[in-house]
Amino acid sequence: MITVKHISKSFSDVQILKDISFVFETGKTNLIIGKSGSGKSVLTKCMVGLYEPDHGDIFFDDRKLSALKPKERKQLRREIGMLFQASALFDSLSVEENVAFPIKMFTKMSKEEIDERVNFCLNRVDIINKNQLYPSELSGGMQKRVAIARAIAMQPKYLFCDEPNSGLDPVTAIVIDELIQEITEEYNMTTIVITHDMNSVLEIGENIMFIDQGENKWTGSKNEILDVKVKELHDFIYVSKFLQQMKK
Amino acid sequence: MIQAFGKYMVMLYSIFLKPEKFSIYWKRFVDEIIQLGLKSLFIVILMSGFMGAVLVIQTASVIESAWIPDYTVGFTVKQSMLLEFCPTIISLILAGKVGSNIASELGTMRVTEQIDALEVMGVNSVGYLIGPKIIASLFIFPIVIMYSMFFGFLGGGLVCFFTEIIPVEQYIEGIRSFSEENFGYVRYALIKTSVFAFLITSISSYFGYFLKGGALEVGKASTKAVVYSSVFILIANYILTQLILI
Repeated sequence: MITVKHISKSFSDVQILKDISFVFETGKTNLIIGKSGSGKSVLTKCMVGLYEPDHGDIFFDDRKLSALKPKERKQLRREIGMLFQASALFDSLSVEENVAFPIKMFTKMSKEEIDERVNFCLNRVDIINKNQLYPSELSGGMQKRVAIARAIAMQPKYLFCDEPNSGLDPVTAIVIDELIQEITEEYNMTTIVITHDMNSVLEIGENIMFIDQGENKWTGSKNEILDVKVKELHDFIYVSKFLQQMKK
Repeated sequence: MIQAFGKYMVMLYSIFLKPEKFSIYWKRFVDEIIQLGLKSLFIVILMSGFMGAVLVIQTASVIESAWIPDYTVGFTVKQSMLLEFCPTIISLILAGKVGSNIASELGTMRVTEQIDALEVMGVNSVGYLIGPKIIASLFIFPIVIMYSMFFGFLGGGLVCFFTEIIPVEQYIEGIRSFSEENFGYVRYALIKTSVFAFLITSISSYFGYFLKGGALEVGKASTKAVVYSSVFILIANYILTQLILI
């Protein structure tokens, strides 16, 4: 479980996050939704320690992030897997080497054990016989899958996914969404997905926070979101004519 | 300016933090030796050979007095190559080749969130990405410059052999003249090269690592890396010459 309490963050004089509080539950796919520039990515980067919040606290289970010593913080980061918007696979490493990277860096596993773990992770995301290819030789969807394989290689307790299906066709996007949900349940992880894709929200949104202009405007689940009364969220959901007609 | 210097110093400090796994850093070090040094060897040899050749022709063409012995040409080539051409000019060439390569590599990694990915994993990204580059350049650049010296002299020798502008024996005698001082000159050149190697890799890494923006900024960072590295090489060249030679 990850708890954020009263998080605020500014860059120069612009306040990006305003007093955000939320509980991201274990074993569930937690979604942060909102328009582009609403502060979703900044909140996530605060949570993984890439940015320091100006105010507020972040708790990973009972560990307060700001109170951790550098060594403890490093240890915590090894419990975090992250899927970046652009996959962020290392260009100079093959698929296999990308997935093996955190294992080689932080464990003392033998070569055979590493190979076994890498193949298990790649099989889990349906990447087969692509071990020697480089990221530039893969499609966008495959890159995302490899990135998921790398993110789960160290069996993380917390998985962050920054717009996992951006740039993907609707079919591949749903495959990636389902994969994230399956993995979350399988490993009982605390998964946080940032998205502005309503298909994803309705597909995997078990615990949702809606951010608008840096503020937490609504929390709930996919079953409640279509009947929402909050104007900003309503406008966000029913922006397309298709959904407007569906509602009518 | 002060903020940039502070960030640069913090970056250098981070390089010396304990590596997560020595074997992985060692592999990076070897890769960087190949990338920064061995892949630059061809251009260095080519440039040095032609520099030596041109120096012989120019020096021979301005020495017309019968009172000046032919071996003066070899001596002049030696002094020019050892003291200035090999360490400084070749380092400026390397600043262009290696500096832009480092800045664009790290800049692209920043833009595509690969550096963030390392940080999230708990890897000291500065130590992992920049540390091996700096250490590898400190190791390989002096070797590259020694190759440059050899091929510079060889270029001059080939011109003497093929054009008979001066006898080859006289050229070699010039190269070997005042041999008790040669070791000092080589040492001076290698000290300069080591300082230049550090400046090229650390300054270029700084511009790439702290890049903000997109593809356009990668190009700008690459240009800045070359310009700043070159300027600092020239300044360091003056200071080191003053300190060591005088």
